[in-house]
Amino acid sequence: MNEIKLLGKKPTRHGFGEGLVVLGEKYDNVIVLGGDITGSVMTSYFQEKFPERFFSIGVAEQNATTIAAGFALSGKIAFFASYSAFSAFRNADQLRISVAYNDINVKIGGGHAGITVGPDGATHQALEEIAFIRTLPNMTLVVPADYTEAKKATIAIGEKFGPCFIRFGRSAVPMFTTDDSPFALGKANILREGKDVAIVACGLLVWEALLAAEELSKKGINARVINNHTIKPIDVETLVNAARDCGCMVTAEEHQVHGGLGGAVAEVTAKNYPVPIEFVGVRDKFGCSGEPEELMVKFGLTWKEIYASALKVIERRDKGFIGYRQVKDVEDYKE
Amino acid sequence: MALEITFSDKTFENKKRNPDEFSEIALEIRRDIIKSLYLAKSGHSGGTLGTSDIFSVLFFGGVMKYNPQKPDWKDRDRFVLSAGHLCPVLYSTLARAGFYSPEELYRLRKFGSRLQGHPGFDMKLPGIESSTGSLGQGVSIAVGMAMSDKHADKNNRKVFALTGDGEVEEGTVWEAAMAAAHYKLDNLCWILDNNDCQIDGRVKDVMSIYPVDKKFEAFGFDVINIDGHNYNDIKNAFAKFKSNHESKIGKPTAIIAKTIMGKGVSFMEDKYIWHGNPPNEEQAKIALEDLK
Ligand SMILES: Cc1ncc(C[n+]2csc(CCOP(=O)(O)OP(=O)(O)O)c2C)c(N)n1
Repeated sequence: MNEIKLLGKKPTRHGFGEGLVVLGEKYDNVIVLGGDITGSVMTSYFQEKFPERFFSIGVAEQNATTIAAGFALSGKIAFFASYSAFSAFRNADQLRISVAYNDINVKIGGGHAGITVGPDGATHQALEEIAFIRTLPNMTLVVPADYTEAKKATIAIGEKFGPCFIRFGRSAVPMFTTDDSPFALGKANILREGKDVAIVACGLLVWEALLAAEELSKKGINARVINNHTIKPIDVETLVNAARDCGCMVTAEEHQVHGGLGGAVAEVTAKNYPVPIEFVGVRDKFGCSGEPEELMVKFGLTWKEIYASALKVIERRDKGFIGYRQVKDVEDYKE
Repeated sequence: MALEITFSDKTFENKKRNPDEFSEIALEIRRDIIKSLYLAKSGHSGGTLGTSDIFSVLFFGGVMKYNPQKPDWKDRDRFVLSAGHLCPVLYSTLARAGFYSPEELYRLRKFGSRLQGHPGFDMKLPGIESSTGSLGQGVSIAVGMAMSDKHADKNNRKVFALTGDGEVEEGTVWEAAMAAAHYKLDNLCWILDNNDCQIDGRVKDVMSIYPVDKKFEAFGFDVINIDGHNYNDIKNAFAKFKSNHESKIGKPTAIIAKTIMGKGVSFMEDKYIWHGNPPNEEQAKIALEDLK
């Protein structure tokens, strides 16, 4: 296994924007719709390069999503991107019926996702769309971990037939995958081998998972770190193997603890190989204004929570049935 | 010399005023906007400066009924900032009206502040009637409030809402307009900040809304076109709305205010790149010079 190194920092949205340009060069039926924030979600790169294949729709996410469906039904690969708060929720019905039910080539970019959009506050901090999007039949949902992976994922969803959603962020985040790192939709990547605990993460939290694993190794605990970039279709085999080999898991995501990556992993393991799981994510709360790093700490989204959750879940596993929570000390996510 | 920021503790009364009395208030609000955005290092300069004159008349010209000591007063008129990103102008206005101390302006957009990047109802900031920031929702909320006042409670309250011109590209905005006319909401005053700027460019280029006054007319509104920086115009428009309300005209009112993005700060005026940026230190110095 190659050593994983920090290669600098860059926002995942840049990977999305550059991936679109690659697609535009390769396929002349790729079109992009703008939602008045093209410079934020980097569809501006495509607009500059292919102005004749870019169409401004204005601040109208419902309309843009359904117009994309019209393009797709006319043989195009149609991309529309906005902030994830608005390109997953404002247009939810349009996504469900005109896109997913039709099962057509509409590709949605959800930018400025998660708590790290920062000072804009709760209205703009999408923390629920993994839960929604992954329940839509026919959908592919990918949450890349860094800039390079975002670029590959963008190209991959362009080349896969059917409705797809890619979630990415605003702020510059650690880069650690390279052009040579493996990437295939639906195939989770094991970034670090280990059999003591499995840490399954997506997006920005993959880097934090690696940091946590490093700290755990100092205690003699070998964590398996899985970059679960594709939430749907989920890589059942890799997850079940991890459950079997490690006997306990931690999930980590920049999203509500309910219904997101953690929920997806729990569904897979509960059905195939039940093990104790601890969930790292936002604990059933709306976000608020603040600087990205500050919010990561306040909302418990750093390696420290992953580390602590790993120790906790290992203890639960080792206690066997006693590790199952008793009714009197059942945990939920309210403080 | 480093820029040192202080906020005055000035407050202004809400009363009938001559048009020339508003410029002092608007200037104070514009200075607050520049200072608070400079400290926040993010936020929207253009539309906030551009609507400062409207806010001055609406809150300090005896147009709205409110009581800063009793923000929940049940007979108050309500204002919904549908264009939630413009909250720095509202935060300054509410502070200058005495709802809370202008000291809070130091902490715009900071962790733990009640002055969220977009209005958060969860923060319980006095004077904020709803969370907004997802464009297009605030006007429907205002329609709901006005329906509740007029048709359920049958009271005499008024409801005001302000939308951007990019914002009215959202389709639900026109569903709200249809309902407002259908329910004859003469207690509703819809202010459109028509600066012809949005994030990606000119409104006419990004997605034209024109002729927007004709659209509102066709939907059944009493439409008043004004210069959004002329205090006389603004005053008269609100007076017309008041008489529409009192005479039960049976139509909602739309005030289409032609404004200039960044108004009052020379280098920001009519430049859409200032939609969503704060001034840096150099720029804040020049801006505060302009706003002397
Ligand atoms: C539903 C929704 N979509 C997109 C955005 C992002 N956004 C914030 S302000 C804005 C442009 C609004 O333009 P306008 O209403 O003209 O405001 P102005 O530029 O005059 O401040 C956009 C697209 C949002 N806040 N809500």
